[in-house]
Amino acid sequence: MVAIPSRHKSLVLLAGVIALQVLMLAVQVKRDSEGRLIRVWTVGAVSPFERAGSYGFGWIRDIWRHYFALQNTTKESEQIRRENDALKLQITQLQGKAAEADRLAILLNFRQSHADVPMIGARVIGTGAGTASLTIQLDRGERDGIRKNMGVITPDGVVGKVIEAYPNASQVLLLTDKESGVGAMLADSRVQSPVGGQGEPLLVMKYVPNDDAVNLGERVITSGMDRIFPRDLPVGNVAEIKSGNPFKQIRIKPAANLERLEEVLVLLSLRPLEMKNEENTGDAQPSTPGKANPPRAAKR
Amino acid sequence: MNEAFDIRGESHIEVHKFRAGAIIIVTLLALVIQASFPIHFAKTAVLDLPLLVTIYFGLSRRNPSTGLLLGMVMGLLQDSLSGPAVPLGLYGIAKTIIGYLASSIGARLDTEHPAARFALTAAFFVAHQGLIDLTRRILLAQPEPWFNMHLVVAALVNALVAVFLFLVLDRLRKN
Repeated sequence: MVAIPSRHKSLVLLAGVIALQVLMLAVQVKRDSEGRLIRVWTVGAVSPFERAGSYGFGWIRDIWRHYFALQNTTKESEQIRRENDALKLQITQLQGKAAEADRLAILLNFRQSHADVPMIGARVIGTGAGTASLTIQLDRGERDGIRKNMGVITPDGVVGKVIEAYPNASQVLLLTDKESGVGAMLADSRVQSPVGGQGEPLLVMKYVPNDDAVNLGERVITSGMDRIFPRDLPVGNVAEIKSGNPFKQIRIKPAANLERLEEVLVLLSLRPLEMKNEENTGDAQPSTPGKANPPRAAKR
Repeated sequence: MNEAFDIRGESHIEVHKFRAGAIIIVTLLALVIQASFPIHFAKTAVLDLPLLVTIYFGLSRRNPSTGLLLGMVMGLLQDSLSGPAVPLGLYGIAKTIIGYLASSIGARLDTEHPAARFALTAAFFVAHQGLIDLTRRILLAQPEPWFNMHLVVAALVNALVAVFLFLVLDRLRKN
């Protein structure tokens, strides 16, 4: 057997490791597999730390925003300032709790006003660990009734859809991701067209003919045609219109603040299953059928 | 100075060892912070802490095999946490190669000076992004633009953060 010179061993190892990963990529592409087992293990192992990290960093952020940012403005004596600082710290904690209570109250009101749509509240505990996709991680998963392809919203508007559900966590593809989309229509003219992400803060509305009138600031709402989101949920507002060939180039500012999500609602229904006998006329994200209706979960 | 000279006048680059468990803890911490921090501070999404940690341990350990294996583990964990939209191996391949390159360069150059660290990190960041784009283009048929201003800004920000982060990580070295 030919011995490999020691200085070349690391090169051989590099080639082997790269080849192994290329093979793994090829298998995923060929079989449309996603390496679910590895992901379940990794997410299961890391999500408790993410959960703790999320609370910890939230606390640091609140302190930074409400305490340090205000500290330079005070001109009072050292003694009074110390007392003030102590009070501010207490206020900060109370403000954090009050803000959270306000957000939860808004979620609750929204839920009560849409009692016919089953949904569950979830807390955002992480984001995608890279810039290749725009995802967030929720603290609720299959055990709470969440399944792949379920819609995710806030009272402000559409957020995205569940792309993977793990036992105690789930991952959501944000509407701004390049692979994402939602069936939508213009609220005034009722012109229907899918709205998709492009990896930037603004969304794009793709197929509106040049002849159709569109106004800046016009509201864009869900059309219900993607069978993920119910009709009339806010998607965003028209922020930019350019004429194109053959369709207008319309950019949409998302209604939900996708960069600062803390709590969201997951729509606990897989409408494609309910309509499985109908012809699929969805104009945005194709949904994957094949899973049973989710169990009713305890609602927040 | 980190170079030691032997009796024949040849220079040797010092290989650094770390406290027990330091590499594992820093690796996990980098992944957790990468996944949690941008929720509260959106602009920090431009940082790639797993990449910075891969580069640091590559440059310090100066062993190509260790460097590439650490890069592979870091990349695959990052892939796993990025959701099904990112196939397993996308970050894995890029970080494997960066880990190998960092430790190979670390074995030949003195990489302790902040200016050297800044330049190397910026170059590795651009190379890392190039490898991801190449993998997407060739293996996944998802062409992406090779170059934009965001990449330059991100490389400079990451390099600046790396200078300070590496000083902190230097404290984990065994004396």
